[in-house]
Amino acid sequence: MIQTDEEKKKRKFKSAGKMRDIMFQYYIDAKSAESNGKKVAWITSGGPVEPLIVMDVIPVYPENHGAMIGASHMGGDLCEKAEAMGYSGDLCSYARADIGCAPVNGGPISGLPRPDMLICCNNICGTVLKWYEVQARYFNVPLFIFDTPFCHTGFGDEARKYVRRQMEEYISFLEHACGKRFDFDKSMEVGRLSLAGQRLWQEVLDAAAQKPSPITAFDAFFFLALIVTLRGTQTVVDFYTELLEEMKEKVDLGVSAVPQERYRLLWDNLPVWYRLKWLSDKFASHDACLVADTYTTAWCGSMKYIDENNFIDSMAEAYTRIYLNIGIDEMAKTVFEMIDKYNVDGLVMHSNRSCKPYSLGQYDIQRMVQEKKGIPCMMIESHMVDERSFSESQIATRIDAFMEIIKQRKS
Amino acid sequence: MKTAGIDIGSITAKAAIVEDGRILGTKVAFTGYNASLAGRSVYERLLDELGMDASSVMKIISTGYGRNSVDFADKSMTEIICHGAGAHFINPEVRSIIDIGGQDSKALVVDKDGKVKDFVMNDKCAAGTGRFLEVMARALEVNLDDFGALSLRSESPSKISSICTVFAESEVISLISKGEVRENIIAGIHDSVASRVFAMAQRIGLSQPIMMTGGVAKNIGVVKALEKKIGSPVEVNDYAQVNGAIGAAVLAGKMG
Ligand code: SF4
Repeated sequence: MIQTDEEKKKRKFKSAGKMRDIMFQYYIDAKSAESNGKKVAWITSGGPVEPLIVMDVIPVYPENHGAMIGASHMGGDLCEKAEAMGYSGDLCSYARADIGCAPVNGGPISGLPRPDMLICCNNICGTVLKWYEVQARYFNVPLFIFDTPFCHTGFGDEARKYVRRQMEEYISFLEHACGKRFDFDKSMEVGRLSLAGQRLWQEVLDAAAQKPSPITAFDAFFFLALIVTLRGTQTVVDFYTELLEEMKEKVDLGVSAVPQERYRLLWDNLPVWYRLKWLSDKFASHDACLVADTYTTAWCGSMKYIDENNFIDSMAEAYTRIYLNIGIDEMAKTVFEMIDKYNVDGLVMHSNRSCKPYSLGQYDIQRMVQEKKGIPCMMIESHMVDERSFSESQIATRIDAFMEIIKQRKS
Repeated sequence: MKTAGIDIGSITAKAAIVEDGRILGTKVAFTGYNASLAGRSVYERLLDELGMDASSVMKIISTGYGRNSVDFADKSMTEIICHGAGAHFINPEVRSIIDIGGQDSKALVVDKDGKVKDFVMNDKCAAGTGRFLEVMARALEVNLDDFGALSLRSESPSKISSICTVFAESEVISLISKGEVRENIIAGIHDSVASRVFAMAQRIGLSQPIMMTGGVAKNIGVVKALEKKIGSPVEVNDYAQVNGAIGAAVLAGKMG
């Protein structure tokens, strides 16, 4: 269906501009931290960021930077640089892009601000351990490793104690690095804001349960940046409150994200950052809306373990039991719940050669979904940042065939 | 009603015309560099051969990698759906199809109406495809058409362990230099294609009976190697290579 400019405008999010401004300001602040007497910590995307906010340290996320590099189509080049430095092409493309970027200050924002310290939490993968060690050597700064045991199913007392103790070590690491005491009263406030932000983010994603959906997973990939980078601040709470209002307006006016939503799909794994538009147009051309995804949900998925009145203690569990640190059965359970909640007709899995912990087990989850939910699943093989590994015509054929199957089933 | 299907693959272009459950004719030609031209010329040659006028064909569906370059088609559909429809048309009992073409291999499971329930395709790699066999034929200086018959003469197939086309080619070259007989090397190559395709097909769980389609189905060596792997017969018919085009023609007949 051809949309008029007016219709396109209606579908656009006004809040998008505001978010770009916030992110722009955030990176300006981070880049001018040194001259403003502030410290910068690089931290992994799933890392406990709230203590940094308490200490007034600016958190910077190489993974968010990786996503920006990918979306700017600069991933292939930077990955090549890392490969020339001796890093394997099989390594996660966020890691390669970041490592390749550091010595040349490349990428869309000419590199990240120099870190004063690095915080690495291995709740997302093992790659980050080596990646952060490499960067700690390169920048010659202290590295704190926050080790979260893998949780196949439950979360035992030993694990709780083990992670809780590291929270104390983390705090004293920060006190030492910043030369000041940790303010526990302030941590309550930051905890409250973090939780409020996560709740709002969940609400934003929940709106996709509406038929037709006012939001697609591609929108969620975009709006995700705030809950990742500024979690624990008022900015996030204010922004998502506004975004929610805008979404409610859209629902009231009957504005759907995809012009003629006929089919609803669920996406699994990280986005293909350099092909967001292509994929979004491709699915929309089949009247299909990717209503939800497992990725953006990860930033509010373990909210249920957080106790607002005991934030620091409960954080230990919340940060350990995130989507990438649980067993396949638990992951599949999350996928089943999402299939029901968003009422989807099919599952699109991105077998992301970058992210092994996310991609390992996808074939099992696919089989479980087909058995339990009886919906078609498809697999796209790619890398999230390294555009050299995207094969357009093969992926187009798979998507077309997958949509033909869904259409046949629904007709 | 007469309808046509045009299947533009990476190596060959195929055309088929069907009428009321009957195949009137099929044609295969090389695709070359111009997919659009190849589609038109293979179709026109088929019409000529059948002494038919283009105006007597009511609907045309194009399929295959070049499906969108066939400008005279009424609609394009993917080869997945078309292979399902083609196999079902030829034998409605068939429940799984293994298709090995020039640049890809795929497996699909269909229901009793020929509708595709699930499919898998090879990822971005030529191993397990017609291209792989072409590279090996060149390395061995054997005509690809002779591969099947030669491999059946092998008593102990060589082991080709690499799944990468480039590495497998050097493995083949080193086997040649070690003095291994061609028959064994070719049988080993077929085993390697069969293993790769079987491993992929297992992901969707094959149901019986199984049909093999695509240009590579003409190679009896690959068919036998697949049968051995699967442990059951694999049906092949004279239309294997044009199955996608037939399916497209059949689906064109169902268009509103
Ligand atoms: S491997 Fe996966 S979880 Fe780890 S850094 Fe890369 S994308 Fe993130």
